[in-house]
Parts: sequence; structure tokens; C-alpha cells
Amino acid sequence: MKPEKLLYPTPKGLYCERGGFYVDPVQPVERALITHGHADHARSGHTHVMATRETLDIMRIRYGEAFCASEQEAVLGERVGIGEVTVSFHPAGHVLGSAQIAVEAEGTRIVVSGDYKRRRDPTCLPFEPINCDVFITEATFGLPVFHHPPDSGEIARLITSLGQFPERAHLVGAYALGKAQRVIALLREAGYDKPIFIHGALAKLCDYYQGQGIELGDIRPATIGPKDKQSFAGAVVIGPPAAFSDKWARRFPDPVAIFASGWMLVRQRAKQRGVELPMIISDHCDWPELTDTITEIGPGQVWVTHGREEALVRWCELQGIAARPLHLVGYDDEGE
Amino acid sequence: MRAFAELLDRLVLTPQRNAKIKLMADYFRTTPDPDRGYALAAIAGTLTLKTVKPQVLRQLALERMDEVLFRYSYDYVGDLAETISLVWERTPGEAAVPADLSLGAVMHQLETAGRANVHGLVRGLLDQLEGSSRFAFLKLVTGGLRIGVSARLVKQALAEMGDVHIAEIETLWHGLSPPYSSLFRWLSGAADKPELDMPAVFHAVMLATPVGDNDLAALDPKDFAAEWKWDGIRVQLASVGGTRRLYSRSGDDISSAFPDILEAADFDGILDGELLVGGTMRSNRATRSFSDLQQRLNRKTVTRKMLEDFPAFIRGYDLLFSGGRDIRPENFLTRRAALSNLIEKAAPTHFDLSPLVPFSSWEELDRLRADPPDPVIEGIMLKRLDSPYTSGRSKGPWFKWKREPYNFDAVLMYAQRGHGKRSSYYSDFTFGVWTESEGNQVLVPVGKAYFGFTDAELEVLDRYVRNNTVERFGPVRSIRAEAEHGFVVEVAFEGINYSSRHKSGVAMRFPRIARLRTDKLPRDADRLETLLAMIGAPQVGAEPIGGLEG
Repeated sequence: MKPEKLLYPTPKGLYCERGGFYVDPVQPVERALITHGHADHARSGHTHVMATRETLDIMRIRYGEAFCASEQEAVLGERVGIGEVTVSFHPAGHVLGSAQIAVEAEGTRIVVSGDYKRRRDPTCLPFEPINCDVFITEATFGLPVFHHPPDSGEIARLITSLGQFPERAHLVGAYALGKAQRVIALLREAGYDKPIFIHGALAKLCDYYQGQGIELGDIRPATIGPKDKQSFAGAVVIGPPAAFSDKWARRFPDPVAIFASGWMLVRQRAKQRGVELPMIISDHCDWPELTDTITEIGPGQVWVTHGREEALVRWCELQGIAARPLHLVGYDDEGE
Repeated sequence: MRAFAELLDRLVLTPQRNAKIKLMADYFRTTPDPDRGYALAAIAGTLTLKTVKPQVLRQLALERMDEVLFRYSYDYVGDLAETISLVWERTPGEAAVPADLSLGAVMHQLETAGRANVHGLVRGLLDQLEGSSRFAFLKLVTGGLRIGVSARLVKQALAEMGDVHIAEIETLWHGLSPPYSSLFRWLSGAADKPELDMPAVFHAVMLATPVGDNDLAALDPKDFAAEWKWDGIRVQLASVGGTRRLYSRSGDDISSAFPDILEAADFDGILDGELLVGGTMRSNRATRSFSDLQQRLNRKTVTRKMLEDFPAFIRGYDLLFSGGRDIRPENFLTRRAALSNLIEKAAPTHFDLSPLVPFSSWEELDRLRADPPDPVIEGIMLKRLDSPYTSGRSKGPWFKWKREPYNFDAVLMYAQRGHGKRSSYYSDFTFGVWTESEGNQVLVPVGKAYFGFTDAELEVLDRYVRNNTVERFGPVRSIRAEAEHGFVVEVAFEGINYSSRHKSGVAMRFPRIARLRTDKLPRDADRLETLLAMIGAPQVGAEPIGGLEG
């Protein structure tokens, strides 16, 4: 069948009529398949939700027990029939529990990759390439400027700065799900074994990651009274980026503002945000990862969702691959 | 090259002065010669490289890349050097991570390359460097680092590295050139201080301390000479053995902007004075304002029209060298006699002598200070008669006693978060005063201030902004400011002038928040007419000028 009939964009999100479900819908729907737990993809209020066990757990942590009426666990690699179509979930390498969703009917297969990355991440399973007729890809960093350097070098810069400015607290802004835990795990891999302090917004998710067997070492709440300000000298403190422009940041001695994000590659972005030490660590593909993935999978068509669609579509055209933007709304391409 | 690139990246994003000094000092300590010397030259702006045109860089990028994709990229990043450093793909087959090419090696290749070969050279170097180094390299060859580090700050870092006084660095500075190997050998303890053979070098200037609350009571007026403090810029003119140089207070060579002064300096000596625009006292024409002087500052070249419209001259304060003789150890009066002699013979259009202000008591001097005879005077200098000329700022021999600043009451209108330590505080404020517009009383913004208040006052201001935000425009918050509800501050500033670039038509020098006036309502704040009347008018005392209610 024609892929445009199998899956097509609607205001509520990508819709599969034959199966009667949406993928990552942005408004409450009857039946939703969710790729991963980030708030712009996993919203509360759907009646029936199918996702990996980790994603369901994360939604429960974020939205409470009543995040949906009924839930169904997707086992990675297992084919499940829904209505007239067959779906299967495959690792996406984005954050813990993240999955691509393959939707298949009458010999046509579309893979919705959700958000994904290709480089190693100690906190989640690696991306698995799936053969398909249509590959739906994000394009958050879909511009040739985005070449994310190796994580190890970025972590090394943080460790160098801790040595250079031992009197200052090092405040790392990192998104609460995925990035924060990855930064902690990378610091541990680099041999940093001192306690790492976290903002309250990270506590439950860090607990959950540790419960899933991901080693994060000695993690402590960054909640000591203002009298103990100096005890944070030379400490690593991790919190959601918004907290750093908040009064919360004042409890720390002369903080170094750090932000772990793929956007930090562009200097002006870092400067605008008042970031002093940018760490280019991304949970999305950079440009070579996007183009290499498309080359590797070799789909008949590429559909591009959120991000910088125009450059990736242009690149596909230059390679002779049919491509079009889907113009989905509601996904936060700043949220990285 | 990587260490240099990392240093630039950190400096661009580090707001604090001390942290910048630390980053540079650490780099100088850990980097070998000649790399650190070239880095120093690049930061201090003393590197002389043939620059590569942006068009050449664009061509190189397009050799390997689709033009449409390049355009998307450039539109997103906005800076050509950064765009190319990011999109550059090395030719396939080369090592994934190239070995680190030293800054010295890059400089050597650039210096020895012929003009015809520039495409090949730049392409080859881009292929040999990784991302951040490519950016640093492209910034070097396009001739604009723009990293927010002054020449003075990098000298401070050198002083910290070698644990020496910055005056020593400033004195040596113009006698040395890239890659500054002798300087670094001295600073790292491997050699003695370099000896200079160039005569017209900069000698660190003598600075004054402000008069404190009880300073004068303990001093005898008979021990001091008083001079007007002129509102220009402090300079040092060195004319020795046919070499002439004009330096700013911090030792920056500003000769190229003032050919008129250099040409007129047909004497031998090193002179300390105020650079001003207008006519000398000897030519009996008026000294002009600081904003006129600004027309002549920060220029690499100067047009004939500039020279005619804004003639510059030096008002002499002191003499360091008389002919080839170092007279700094002599006392003030002896040096002044020599200065007076020298100026008498010098061109009357370009040199005059800063007159002494006779006085017999501090009270008398205070009255003169409050009502000086010329609008370009910003206060009084006090100099001990028996003091030698010593570099730097030590308390005792010289005092500066400034006029009271101008003051007025304004209403806070917008606030923006600060940087670094202050990034969680709304600490940059735009303030306004009342004016009439189409029959209504409205606030018009007249300036911005981000200092003057104490830490405790900042807490109060920040809380007010957070609780009274009306609108947000990106990082800027618009604050509630109505006649009966708003925050009034007393703003102090040093000078005011007409400005076509500002909506209000005025621009202030050094505005700062002097006091929080929580006792006042916005309707009591000053009017724009009050500010306009201050232009060219004598200053009023410390009391703020009355508001709407009088």
C-alpha cells in the first residue's frame, strides 16, 4: 500500500488509520504509541498507551499513576498486531527506554525513529537500524554545521576547569531525563568519584536510573542551607537548565555556568545564554550521524519531522533519495 | 593550536576579569615558546599578518559543499569564520583526528607563504586542524579575534604569571615584539629582565588616589600644589632621538590617530599630560568637551577634515625625561620647572601647561572645585611638592578630588539579568524620566546602569523586578512603572550630552545607581527638561534636583 495511507500527519500528531493509533500525539487521544519519555513526545491524558516498560515507568514518575487509563508494555523486537497493522519497537539510543516504532501493513513498512542518536551512551541501548520503505527522522541538528565532538573531550574540559577554579561551584545545566544521567555516568567513566550534587527535579529520575542498574555513584541532593555555601566550592552540581537563572543558583559560591547540550556548539548560542563553559553533549544525532544513518538504512523515502527539515531534505535530494518534510507541530526542537 | 583554541573559547564566554586573567596566566605557564608569544600577540593585537579575504574562505568552503546547504548553515550561525570552521569536512581518507599542529608552525607557514598560494595554504591548514582550532585559525587570518580582552588585561595576566608588577610589563611592552621569547624567559625565571634599546618606550604612569572622607584633615595645604583635572584622556608623549610615540595611560600606542601631535612634538623628552580637543590656552581658544575628543579616539587613520574639525593638543602635567635625562627622581616643583621650559618652546597650538590653582585652605579649594572656571574641568588634582614621579597608584603623593557627580531621580523601566556572578539577578537596568508626549505624561528611557548599588540593594532591586514584571521580551523584563506605582532610583553620572542615537536625545557618561529612593513615587522623579538643562550647565551639588512635586 501507499505509505501516505499507512501513516499521515494530523494536528494531533502522526496518525495510523488502519491501526487506529497516533505516534507521540501532542493532544490527548484514544490510543497512543510513545517513542520515549520526554515531555513533548510523552504527554498525559491518553486513554490507552503502548510504550516500552521504561517509558511507561518514566511517564508514571512524571505524571502520576493516572497518566493514562490503560497501558501496554512493548517488548523490544516483538511484533504486535493492532487493528489491520503490525507494530514493533526497536532501540533508538536517545534516552533510557527510547524506541523507534515500525509500522507495517501489506508489505509496506514505515519506521518512526522518534528522537535518536548513534554514539555510545552508557545509560541506554544503542540505536538499531531497521530496514524500511520509509524512514521518518528527526532533524534537530539537521544542518552541516553540527559536528558534535567526542563526549570524552567535553567531560575533560569540565574536569580541567574543576582543577583551575577549585573555589567555584560548577553548575551543569542538563535536561532532567537522559542528559543529566548521561553526564553523571560519563563523569564516572572519566574517573570522577567525588559526590555529585543534584537539583530536586532530578532526584526521582536519577533514582529510577539507578534502580535500572545504571551506575551513577554517590549522588546527593544540592539542598544545604545558605550557611554551608562554601561546602559547594569545587563541587559538581547538576540541575535543569532553567534553575540556573533562578534564585536557586545563589546558594552556590561564584558558580561557573555550564550547559550540556548539542546547541553549545554554536558560540553565540552559549554567549546568549550566559554559559561560561559549554559542553557539547547531545542526545540527538549530529549532521554526519543523520546522513550516515540514512545511507546505512537505505530507505525508499525519507520523511523529516521536527527540527531543520529543509537542509536534510536538500541533502536527500542531492543523494537521489526521495524526501519531504512532514511539518509536524508541537515538538520542541529547542529541547535537547 | 588546540590549547590556544581552547583558551579563546573560554575567554569569549568568561565574564569575570579575574577568571580571564587566570585562564591566560595558566595558558602562558603551560605553553612553550614561540606558541605562547604568538598567542599573546594575537590577543594584544600586535600580530601583523596578511589577512585572508572572506571571499576566499567562502570559495574554499564551496569547493566541498553544496551552495544551498552552505547558505542554510551561514544563515543559522551568522559568522563566516565560525560557519566554515563548523561545516568543514576534511578530505576523505585522512586521519579521523589529526595530530595537533602548533600555533608556531601555523604562523610560520602563514608568514612564509606567497600571496599567490593563499588558497592552497588555507585549505591545507583547515584540513590539518580540528573544529575549535579551525575557528581560532580562521579568526587569526581574518584579523578579528574579538574576545573581550583588552591589551591591559593580557598584561595583567603576564604580571600574574611572572609575579611582577604590571608597570614593569607596560614599560617593556613597546620595546618587544612577537613572539616575545625574551619576555617569557624572564617571566618564567629562565633569564634576566630584557634590556631595551628602543628609546621611546612607555613608562608606567603615576596615578592618584581619590580624596577620602578624612584624608585632607591630616594634611597641610602648604605641602601641596593643586591643578585642575581636565576631562580628556591621560597620555604619555615620548619623543626621544627622533622616535615619537603617543601612549594611552595603560600603554596602548595611539600614535596613528594623532599625527598632528606627533608632528608638532619637535623636542626631546617624555611628557605626561591630558589629551584634549579644541584650542590651547596659549592660542586663547576654548577647550572642547570629551564627546568631541571621542571623535578622534579609537581610529587607525585620521582624515584631514577630522584634523581640522577636531584639533588635538596636550595639556602638560609632568615631565619624566628632560632631553635624554631621567628626572623622575626629582621633586614635583623641579620637574614642573623643566616642563614649563619645554612647553614654552613647543608649538603653542599643540601644547600648553596645566595651570596651578592657588589656594590657602582646603575649604577654599573645595569652593573652587564646586565652581570651576571651565566646563571641561572634572575636579582637582593635589600633588605633594616634594614627591618624585613614581609609577602606579600609591596613596599619599597624588590625590584626585573630583567634582560632585550630577544627580537626578529616575524610574526603573526595564531590567535584564547580569552575567557571571550576577546571572541569577536582574542587575542591568534601563531607567527613564518624565516627558510630555501628545498631551500625556510618559516615561522616556534615558540610560542604562548596572552598578553603583550594594549587594543588599541588588537583592531589593531583583525582588522588585521579579514581583513587578509587566512583560517579557526575550531576556528583558518590562517593569511596572506608573505615576503611582514603580521604583525610583537616584542616578549619578559624570557628564551629559546631546545624542541623536537615543530616543530621549541625551546620553550620559558613567551613569550608576547612587541610591534607591523607596521613599519616592515615580511621579516625584525628574523630567527630561531637567536633564536637557544640565547639558553645558554647571553642576549642582550632591542634592538631587527636584521632581514633579517640587
